[in-house]
Amino acid sequence: MSVIYMLITISIVVAVFFLYAFIKAVRSGQYDDDYTPSVRMLFDDELRKETNKNQIELTEEKQL
Amino acid sequence: MDTTNCFHCGNEIIKKDEVLFDEKKFCCNGCKTVYEIFSNNDMSCYYDFQASPGATPLDIKGKYDFLDDEKIVTKLLEFEENSTHIVSLYIPHIHCSSCIWILENLQKLQPGINTSQVNFPEKKVRINYNPEATNLKQIVERLCAIGYEPYISLDNYDEVKKVVDRSLIYKIGVAFFCFGNIMLLSFPEYFEVQEFWINQYRGFFRWLIFAISLPTFFYSASGYYVSAYKSIKSKMLNIDIPIALGIVIMFIRSTVDIIFDYGQGFFDSMAGLIFFMLLGKLFQQKTYNFLSFERDYKSYFPIAITKILNDKTEIPVQIYDIKKGDRLLIRNQELIPVDGILISDTAAIDYSFVTGEAVAIEKKSGDKIFAGGKQVGKVIEMEVLFSVSQSYLTQLWSNDVFQKKVDIKHKTITDRISRYFTPALLGLSVVSFLYWIFIDTDTAFNVFTAILIVACPCALALTAPFTLGNVLRIMGRRKLYLKNATVIEQLAKVDTIVFDKTGTITTNKKTSITYEGEMLNDFDLKLLNSALRGSNHPLSRRLYEFIPRKEIREPSYFEEIIGKGIYATFDENTIKLGSSQFLQHMSENTHKKTKVHVEINGIYKGSYVFNNQYRAGLEQLFEKLSKKYKLIILSGDNDGERRILEKMLPEKTILVFNQKPEQKLDFIENLQKEGHNVMMVGDGLNDAGALAKSNIGISISENVNVFSPACDGILDASMFDRIAFFMNFSKNAMKTIYMSFGLSLLYNVVGLSFAVTGNLLPIVAAIIMPLSTVTIVSFVTIMSNLFARNFKK
Repeated sequence: MSVIYMLITISIVVAVFFLYAFIKAVRSGQYDDDYTPSVRMLFDDELRKETNKNQIELTEEKQL
Repeated sequence: MDTTNCFHCGNEIIKKDEVLFDEKKFCCNGCKTVYEIFSNNDMSCYYDFQASPGATPLDIKGKYDFLDDEKIVTKLLEFEENSTHIVSLYIPHIHCSSCIWILENLQKLQPGINTSQVNFPEKKVRINYNPEATNLKQIVERLCAIGYEPYISLDNYDEVKKVVDRSLIYKIGVAFFCFGNIMLLSFPEYFEVQEFWINQYRGFFRWLIFAISLPTFFYSASGYYVSAYKSIKSKMLNIDIPIALGIVIMFIRSTVDIIFDYGQGFFDSMAGLIFFMLLGKLFQQKTYNFLSFERDYKSYFPIAITKILNDKTEIPVQIYDIKKGDRLLIRNQELIPVDGILISDTAAIDYSFVTGEAVAIEKKSGDKIFAGGKQVGKVIEMEVLFSVSQSYLTQLWSNDVFQKKVDIKHKTITDRISRYFTPALLGLSVVSFLYWIFIDTDTAFNVFTAILIVACPCALALTAPFTLGNVLRIMGRRKLYLKNATVIEQLAKVDTIVFDKTGTITTNKKTSITYEGEMLNDFDLKLLNSALRGSNHPLSRRLYEFIPRKEIREPSYFEEIIGKGIYATFDENTIKLGSSQFLQHMSENTHKKTKVHVEINGIYKGSYVFNNQYRAGLEQLFEKLSKKYKLIILSGDNDGERRILEKMLPEKTILVFNQKPEQKLDFIENLQKEGHNVMMVGDGLNDAGALAKSNIGISISENVNVFSPACDGILDASMFDRIAFFMNFSKNAMKTIYMSFGLSLLYNVVGLSFAVTGNLLPIVAAIIMPLSTVTIVSFVTIMSNLFARNFKK
């Protein structure tokens, strides 16, 4: 069997996998709200920064 | 800087109410409390994302008592299990990232909440909580306390779970998958090199392409077959017939081609065509999730109200359970849900929802009060006469106009064009077929199918969705939110515009009166009071309400000269009130401003200026519109303002007063019978019938997140003076569509010239199709954006 059959089969299988993943993602409803996650993502950073700051303050206190 | 703004809500601080806390300034105690809650809970981060994001919490005492009722709570819950309840609440105040942050950290403020998630476009928060640790009432009250009052109305009670239709997205996904793979596999054959390698694998490639094209043909394009079938059945030729025909012919011819080894077929073009057309459909589907265009009285009505039992205990009762003879307790600002009789001594009821009249009406014990009114002031008691469904206001909704679906009202522009396009196309293919059949049978079939393939009106079908979709987005950015794209076509056809008065061309803010001139002393005010009391002129009445009350003296002589003013004497004192001509006092700019001048004992004192409550830019707007449209003002108010309006608006404007909601509806209907395309601009429930009846109903809203009746579009009140622009823009949008129709027909002619002569190669089809799509899409996008530039005055 020629290598071309195998390569094309693999490429189609990969493409089908992506199509499946896409449909699954849409079905789960994660594209329904395309704004909030973009904002939410930034909050986590904000909180972490705060805890870092607290830690730094704590260590400073210890040094004192 | 002498004005400061509240740290929490951003409103200007009135000096005497200022509250200082934690070195920050607040406009009231409410705002301070919210700040306190946040800072005590380590959540002052709230103020970092956006400056002054908050809202002042309102007094809600007793308002949510109905949430103690388990039956009502069950109706509101999305999901219910022993240890988890999930509820979705609509919170109109959600407007910035701070809001998202605070609402997603609710568990820190209210123990018992597991998680909360905000859906920003829909302005909803989905709260997952443990009913053993907290309850819905506590959560709602906590939300109110931090200024995020959820809106719970009767609508939520009846809500049926909406099924989200995502099939279009699936179809596009499948079409794209097929399109991409087919293109890739077709590539070797585009170059038609007679190499051994290609020749050897040709069959494999072709059959693989055939297999991949099946999902697009049967699944993605299925909508077009259904629509074409329906259109043939109802004998109305729409654009989907040539599309469906083109797709089917393409598929059959291509299959025949590969079976008999004539060539590679047109599978690539077919998949591309389906993909692009579905994309157009998606683009046109711009929806504003946070707005609802289908509201009826239910979204105005509360879900429950307080009922008084015989033993004087107060219990919340569901609106539908109210029966004749029940006694209800109506609090300040609560809506009266049913018709009934007033039991308390007096009540002031604001019927602005129903009639548009902003001034509250005084009612006495024993008077009939109607559903839809809002109690202003103290708590009242009433006895029920009719249940909700039999009340006067709800009866309005049984009118036919509210039952009809809007879609069938008219044909779209594309369908009108295709009425000529489809027969012409079929005619051409038959003629060419007959011509070729005498020369060569094979070519005849080739030509016949090639025509139908190439003429498949892909570009034509894409023009309208892309233009209208783009225009819809542009208008949305300019704060006119339309229900769907077909509204734009309707907007372009309008020839008559009907305006409601109260709340539409006027603002809801009360008229403010200012005094200019020499200060009046106590004695002057006494005279003024006494003179005004005798007059029935609307301006006198308003002024009388405005000035401070003083003791009244009976005038010894009183005369009112209609259209001019009042002349009164009190013993040796005289007072003259009225227009500048009447007082023979000529001030500068008296033009178009309503003033009452005051003269006491022959000395000119000054004038009271009535700042008109009409929206800014009203005069200019009417001036502009009157050139192209018939303008009508349809008001539920009395004609007290007639003279002012006549002075302000162009002569041709028709003014109609004292219209009840049903009369407004009939008025629109009569206009339509005369052959006019009517646009109704209104607000409030009193216009609901007229908005639904008119060809286009636009509702004006001071705050688009609050409520507007069922309509085709919602316009932000700040953009009121731009109505002329929107009208013009919609016309230009239609112009753009016509132009690009011309362009796409040009492509069809080029393609057809290949087809009729029998020279259509798959590669030519594969080039023409995307090329025409790209040019059409970019053409309409550029054109509509260009037209939108005129927005600036």
